[in-house]
Amino acid sequence: MFGKELIRGIYTENPVFRLLFGLCPALAVTTAADTGLGMGLATTTVLLGSNLVVSLLKNVIPPAVRIPSFIVIIATFVTLVGMTMEAFFYPMFEALGIFIPLIVVNCLILGRAEAFASKNTLGRSLVDAIVMGIGFTISLGLLGAVREILGSGSILGFQLVPGTVDMALVFALPPGAFISLGLMLAALNYIAIRRKEA
Amino acid sequence: MSEYGLFMIFFAAAFFNNFVLIQFLGICPFLGVSKRVESSLGMGMAVLFVMTLASLITWMLHEFLLFPLGLDYLRTITFILVIASLVQFVELFVQKASPTLYKALGIFLPLITTNCAVMGLAIMNVTEGLNIIQTLVHALGAAAGFTLVLVMLAGLREHLEIHDVPKPLAGVPVALLAAGILALAFSGFVL
Repeated sequence: MFGKELIRGIYTENPVFRLLFGLCPALAVTTAADTGLGMGLATTTVLLGSNLVVSLLKNVIPPAVRIPSFIVIIATFVTLVGMTMEAFFYPMFEALGIFIPLIVVNCLILGRAEAFASKNTLGRSLVDAIVMGIGFTISLGLLGAVREILGSGSILGFQLVPGTVDMALVFALPPGAFISLGLMLAALNYIAIRRKEA
Repeated sequence: MSEYGLFMIFFAAAFFNNFVLIQFLGICPFLGVSKRVESSLGMGMAVLFVMTLASLITWMLHEFLLFPLGLDYLRTITFILVIASLVQFVELFVQKASPTLYKALGIFLPLITTNCAVMGLAIMNVTEGLNIIQTLVHALGAAAGFTLVLVMLAGLREHLEIHDVPKPLAGVPVALLAAGILALAFSGFVL
């Protein structure tokens, strides 16, 4: 049961590669694998909190004001996560910068609150938050790893290629983000098309 | 940024620190509404409207309410509420005042709430310590940069449609590659 849900979060309904949700942080903070993973975990925490509260309050919130209510709930958890990171993980807080408060406008979180947590039980909403969060974290980590390897020849700060070799610095810069994500999406489409033909 | 001249603030937000291509703010509408030049212009105008108003209101809220009372930690919640209600208000106002403009902007207005360029701009204005004139110029520059790249990408995508794009690349992937090349050009302002 959980395994099936996990495959849904990581592959069939992957938030970044399949649903194209949360592309701003996915492109902006993935200059290296560690910032990508950090952003993924921060977003997962917010998603878990918001799905929890939204699912508990789903019968109390009047339908007409549900979107503003969801936004306030999400913003509360974003503030909590931001403060916790500032206190205990300061280097990561600095590296992610403006994209921490911007978790509040990540369409993934509002999307899951609206489409899933407001219609499902607490248990299912929590599972949904965990698998979607894992899918998001893996995507950001993967994109970050590709850009870090191509851009600076290292992975999680561990040098793979001797420092004397010139790497394609462009992949660590903004243009490389668009190009790597575009090529990764194309590769996924290629696999899907091949599979359909076979 | 607060020590820059006004021209420099505008130029930075519109070109060499372009909100979309360099700072990655507002990617969702950038990919979502860049299929037609006409609709991308409409989106750009709506964003210009909301960005200017949102910047001024959030700046004043921060300056006269949150900061003096030591309520900085409420910034995220206040700003997103201001932007969400502003978008609703603008929608109602435009609907009454100019039905033609409302028709032209259509579905783009409600989408602006989750456009992180607006929220990012509001946060940047206060964290960079800009004064109210600089805030206004920053908002105009950000909106100009947003509209510029949106229209450029829409033009490219209109051309791509009549060309034979390999199947796996069709749609979003090729738009991302085009955006990457555009970003390369915009990086040229710094080098």
